[in-house]
Amino acid sequence: MLYRENGQFKTSYAADQQMLPIRQDQLFMIALLVFAFAVIPFIASDYLVRAILIPFLILSLAALGLNILTGYCGQVSIGHGAFMAVGAYAAYNIAIRVPGLSFLVVLVLAGLAAALVGMIFGIPSLRIKGLYLAVATLAAQFFFDWVFARVKWFTNYAPSGSVSVPNIDLFGFVLDTPQRKYLFVLAIVALFALIAKNLVRAQVGRSWMAIRDMDVAAEVIGIRPMAAKLSAFAVSSFYVGVAGALWGFIHLGSWEPLAFSITLSLNLLFMIIIGGLGSILGSFFGAAFIVVLPIFLNQAPTWLGIPISTGMISHLEFMIFGALIIFFLIAEPHGLARLWAIGKEKLRLWPFPH
Amino acid sequence: MLKKNWPVVALIALLVAGLVAPLATGASPVGFYVEVLLGGLMTGVLYSLVALGFVLIFKASGVFNFAQGAMVLFAALAVARMAEVMPWWLAALLAVVIMVILAWLIERLVLRPLVNQEAIALLMATLGVTYFLDGFGQTVWGSDIYEINLGIAKEPVMILDTLFQGGILVNKEDFVAAIAAAALVAALALFFQKTPTGRALRAVADDHQAAQSIGIPLNRIWVIVWSVAGVVALVAGVIWGAKLGVQFSISQVALKALPVVILGGFTSVPGAIVGGLIIGVGEKMAEVFLGPVLVKAFDLAGGGIENWFAYMLALLFLLVRPEGLFGEKHIDRV
Repeated sequence: MLYRENGQFKTSYAADQQMLPIRQDQLFMIALLVFAFAVIPFIASDYLVRAILIPFLILSLAALGLNILTGYCGQVSIGHGAFMAVGAYAAYNIAIRVPGLSFLVVLVLAGLAAALVGMIFGIPSLRIKGLYLAVATLAAQFFFDWVFARVKWFTNYAPSGSVSVPNIDLFGFVLDTPQRKYLFVLAIVALFALIAKNLVRAQVGRSWMAIRDMDVAAEVIGIRPMAAKLSAFAVSSFYVGVAGALWGFIHLGSWEPLAFSITLSLNLLFMIIIGGLGSILGSFFGAAFIVVLPIFLNQAPTWLGIPISTGMISHLEFMIFGALIIFFLIAEPHGLARLWAIGKEKLRLWPFPH
Repeated sequence: MLKKNWPVVALIALLVAGLVAPLATGASPVGFYVEVLLGGLMTGVLYSLVALGFVLIFKASGVFNFAQGAMVLFAALAVARMAEVMPWWLAALLAVVIMVILAWLIERLVLRPLVNQEAIALLMATLGVTYFLDGFGQTVWGSDIYEINLGIAKEPVMILDTLFQGGILVNKEDFVAAIAAAALVAALALFFQKTPTGRALRAVADDHQAAQSIGIPLNRIWVIVWSVAGVVALVAGVIWGAKLGVQFSISQVALKALPVVILGGFTSVPGAIVGGLIIGVGEKMAEVFLGPVLVKAFDLAGGGIENWFAYMLALLFLLVRPEGLFGEKHIDRV
């Protein structure tokens, strides 16, 4: 009854093409943002912010990046954990070698570094596609795992191979409490999500989707595959690089090369499958799912009073993960975002069946 | 011909040059060099076996089976744990039964509902199978490091010590493993060429629709192919487990089968074998002879280039020859 667009007439192209054309959606989005920015920092516990919300936001950003490449441009990557690592280590090296640089600049530079690396590893996509490309990106994953573990320069000759960073000082505003970190990450993620949403609606996004749907046809109608694919790799890696820098600097604080292993790459892939390929919203759903599920699985036995060893829990976690992925692929190949869309469609008609 | 293929020729020439360089420059004694070579070949046999499972499934069903490594781990765990209470050959036989049941379940629960989906969805599904099998295997069989004892002496034997100074140390176990692998490949070749089932499998691999139209039951063929891949995984798992112990890392090391199939060609059984041997030898040589040079030149914290060497080699091959050394050439515009 409430969710209806009756009477909302569009009188200009701008009104018709806006990002959220239905007024209820606009109100919902505003309410969500107000809630996230102004309410959550005051009501959420430190644990909730530190262990769930911050990882959720950063991984959403990374999933968003991967979704741009895999969901929108159709190029599979199993190496995005490595591009996150590139972002994190680039940020670390820039921060310690150029003291006094604002973290925002560091973040952008880290993203650019990751974008460059992503483009280099995206070059094979011009000749190969699909499964072959997945192996090419896997090469990036293993290569950078090795580079950051072995090349001492990147870790500033730290004897243990792990690096640690101080709290970020943003124009005299030190990000030391979980709430402040949360607000900073939220602002960045909101900004990047807005940019992504508009990128995929713009010409470049349409060219990505054309390449994804049928590359030969896209070429025939005048889209240059090289430009489209490499720009998808660049934008995607930029997002993921920024996410990696945030992951290192804000979520972890200190990390070792293993923090960005192939497990992370696969998790990112799962996020976008479960959330929904080719959906900005889906990236958030998927990240939420992947962040919350392990915590839930860890807690569930204690709530139910079943004694299970932690080792067993991690194995069960693997099993449930795997089973869920297969289940999602069979039941809803378009992920949670599709369920959300179906729900909205139903809501528009409710309480009538048609 | 040569003019068109010069990047491939150049790449192979570079590889060969890298291979003989330590010997030619006198950087290593002959005996040591041959030992490294044999060690590499041995690892290569294992890669070949995992890659073989990949190729079989890819040929018959077009599915890129990411779970092959997990199947190797699962089979090895099954054999290792069951061998604690029974002779190892009985355990291996039981494990074969388990792998067939597993193949049937995968076909029923994963592949059949996903029929006609894009290749990428199937790849993701096998990723799901990987996670499930990793978790399931460790839940059922335990997650420690287990041993598989085949009752073969592990002491190295010195051979050819009259020929070079120092001789060559070889493991008897390695020889048995290599022979077992060769026997498996020969048996598979016979099975594919001479039996009606094998003929049906080849027909399906060539053309799904044509095979179905002459009455070959696709679903049953898939179960058979996954079972065969499961048995190949079992052999790989047993050899691997006997050599290095059964542990979780098998599942990840087996990912190296991906570069192997890229190198050899996705649809070629000989390609999987040759690719595995090339990668096995290449990475071992790179680790032993190139590693120290790199460490010295760039001041690295240790070698370990064998972790990525295979992938980088595959990446180079993808750029110059995407269909692999023995793969079918398909014209596919990108």
